[in-house]
Amino acid sequence: MSALIFLIFAFVAIACAINLVVQRHPIVSALSLVGVMCSLAVLYLLLGAEFIAATQVIVYAGAIMVMFLFVIMLLNTGVESKVPGKSLLSKIIGIPVFLVFVGVIAYLIQRHYVNAEAPVIFGNFTGGGPREVGLRLFTQYLLPFETTSILILIAILGAVVLARKELD
Amino acid sequence: MEHAMQGVPLSWYLILSAILFGLGICGFMFRRNLITVFMSIELMLNSVNLSFVAFSHQFRSVDGQIYSFFVMVVAAAEAAVGLAIILTVFRNRKTLEVDQVDSLKL
Repeated sequence: MSALIFLIFAFVAIACAINLVVQRHPIVSALSLVGVMCSLAVLYLLLGAEFIAATQVIVYAGAIMVMFLFVIMLLNTGVESKVPGKSLLSKIIGIPVFLVFVGVIAYLIQRHYVNAEAPVIFGNFTGGGPREVGLRLFTQYLLPFETTSILILIAILGAVVLARKELD
Repeated sequence: MEHAMQGVPLSWYLILSAILFGLGICGFMFRRNLITVFMSIELMLNSVNLSFVAFSHQFRSVDGQIYSFFVMVVAAAEAAVGLAIILTVFRNRKTLEVDQVDSLKL
């Protein structure tokens, strides 16, 4: 059952990612990215990471992608223009390079990663709930957690300063 | 394949992560719209999160999930600043084609 769910959602994720790369309109790409994120959330649930799965749907698929869609619709740039000659060359070189990259990584993982054959079964690891993550986050990882709050504050200031209209 | 009915090997998750990362690189290289390039970066961050969570399952430890939590925080901050930069670029250049925003090129 775990294997079936993994295969279905891995297929959905790869199909949506390919759609993201080949589509010319940014809105279609953004919706494909939402598909990738939701299927990855299901895979996180299979791996026992409940808190991360919920955060993935709320923060990534909810907040960040809505911000992307908002900017796409605000700017309304439409379909990407075609540059003749360039895209054929990139297809001829790029797709074999991509296949070689994935093939080499798959070979190295199968060959050299000793625990690669241990099966992932739903329910084997249940230490990913909000309680466990919160306990670890507020004790051992307290300093990085507080640092990220400063990082987000700086990001807010930067976004406001960059997107502000010049008044003169 | 007899254990495939119960679960898939961990390496399949890592290979899925590699495929998504490669597709993110392809989008980063092939697309010319600045927003689509930025979304490909988000795809790469997501695929790395998947391998973090897979290793967290492998070692029966919650640390990997906390790393992927921090990656999400950084991605949110990056999206806010990046989209503000894209807005400013569009306001000044009236275009989002990366071929036409090349003042820093030698």
